[in-house]
Amino acid sequence: MSLAYYPGCTLKTKARNLEEPAIASLEVLGLKLEEIPRWNCCGAVYSLAEDDLIHQVAPVRNLIRVKELGKDKLATLCAFCFNTLKRANLLMKDNAEKRNTLNSFMDEEIDYGGEVKVVHILEVLRDEIGWEALAQKVKLPLRELKVAPYYGCTLLRPREVAIDSVDNPTILREFLKALGASPVDFPESTRCCGSYQIISSPDDISEYARPILNSALRHGAEALVLTCPLCDYNLARGQKELIKKQSGLREMPLFYFTQLLALALGLGPQVCHFELNHGSPESLLKEKNLLSQSESFQPIGG
Amino acid sequence: MSVKEENKNPAEAAVKEEKKTAAKLIPIYIMGKRYEVPEGLTIMKAMEYAGYVLIRGCGCRGGTCGACGTVYRKPGDYKLQVALACQKTIEPDMYIAQIPFFPANRARYEFAGLTSAPEEVFKLYPEMFRCVACNSCTKACPQGIEVMDAVSALKQGNISEAARLSFDCIQCGLCTSRCFGELAQYHMFQLARRIYGARIVPRAEHLAGMVKAVNEGKYDRFLDELKQVKEDELKKLYQEREAEPMTAGEDWKPKDTRYL
Repeated sequence: MSLAYYPGCTLKTKARNLEEPAIASLEVLGLKLEEIPRWNCCGAVYSLAEDDLIHQVAPVRNLIRVKELGKDKLATLCAFCFNTLKRANLLMKDNAEKRNTLNSFMDEEIDYGGEVKVVHILEVLRDEIGWEALAQKVKLPLRELKVAPYYGCTLLRPREVAIDSVDNPTILREFLKALGASPVDFPESTRCCGSYQIISSPDDISEYARPILNSALRHGAEALVLTCPLCDYNLARGQKELIKKQSGLREMPLFYFTQLLALALGLGPQVCHFELNHGSPESLLKEKNLLSQSESFQPIGG
Repeated sequence: MSVKEENKNPAEAAVKEEKKTAAKLIPIYIMGKRYEVPEGLTIMKAMEYAGYVLIRGCGCRGGTCGACGTVYRKPGDYKLQVALACQKTIEPDMYIAQIPFFPANRARYEFAGLTSAPEEVFKLYPEMFRCVACNSCTKACPQGIEVMDAVSALKQGNISEAARLSFDCIQCGLCTSRCFGELAQYHMFQLARRIYGARIVPRAEHLAGMVKAVNEGKYDRFLDELKQVKEDELKKLYQEREAEPMTAGEDWKPKDTRYL
């Protein structure tokens, strides 16, 4: 079965370690991700200004590409792209006045009215494959790997786009359990990583990361699992600065959920592109016998 | 046409020619002023007929130099149209304005130091991320290039795709004149094509072999011989040369293979 798929710009540049293991893993699970043609930027961030319709053009145009394909569902992988696309879709579905304005502005395109359903790959794993079926496909269970699920904001907020309970999400915990890992619940799992605030206040990066990382460590996590390249950037940079400030702080590897998926499905470390991770997870994976002692990768991530 | 007339500006001569045949006059508006000009002229010739002397905004007159980007509108239509003045035939009641130059930002770079990494383009043209996918650039392209798709390709780090999509760009700048995000698309694409040509596309091995042969003097003797030939003999050689037929296949070889 194939699924219309929107990658997003970052997944083609800095976060290939989020995309490539996902494509390979889903193929093993019987789902082919079919990249939609002529896609553009998702809009990067959903504009909250009521009358700022120009910033809805980019996400809506991508949804039009899906409708043109004759598909009614679009799978996303980057949590931020998921958020902007799903919210723009709701706007087109629910607000007739804005829908008309946008459709008449994009008069070179077919009309769009929210016909496409936007989903995240985690929802596909949960709802279309199922945790049990996933667990049965696992070849290398991530036994004894204590991973804290970090959701960030964009998969859960606002409520109308949430892929899971806003207050008490469990989707990543169930995912990790299916892979044989030990999920570590911690209270800061939905706390904001700093998002784009970091661009205007770069000095705050470690202060956003501190409570998240400290809480995960205190609850016994050996690694964090992420769904978003921006969370990855902010937490990794924040962690580096914290280590510089308070020597002795242990560096905690940050994984994309798709890397752990591919690893558990036995697709090997090459598919996971660990060399693109900020900070190397090599020693942790070797310690847990999830990587052969002869494997090695030089991190190239900054 | 007399020899004397031929020596004049070819455009003027063409205009005279048009007058002689007494074509039907149609109204057009150049920068808002009404003129009656013979139908069938290009926008550029119509402007010259109306009295404009073009020292900018005209170049090759053949649709390839990109100097004569023009916008126009027809009555009763809100759509802005674009064309190259040297290519587009006038239509009645067209409102015409030329945009021969647009002050677009062009990054300075030392090409020798550039790699094929997407970040090279990001760093030189960070404003590309201001694109909101409004598609005005694509609508403004007289070459029919999917300009917005090429910008998207650059943002996605796909320099090869940006080079491929923008291959027909003649740098007229109309995309830039319409850009909501103030991008200089055509300069970004030129950089993409340069990087593609120099760093991404595989080197042609046979070319390297040929250059080596040239440098080693394989052809020096033939050239020296040719230099000694008298003019008449040279003309004869030229006229009797064996040309590759238009329909020649990949494996075509001349009868005389001494120079291969």
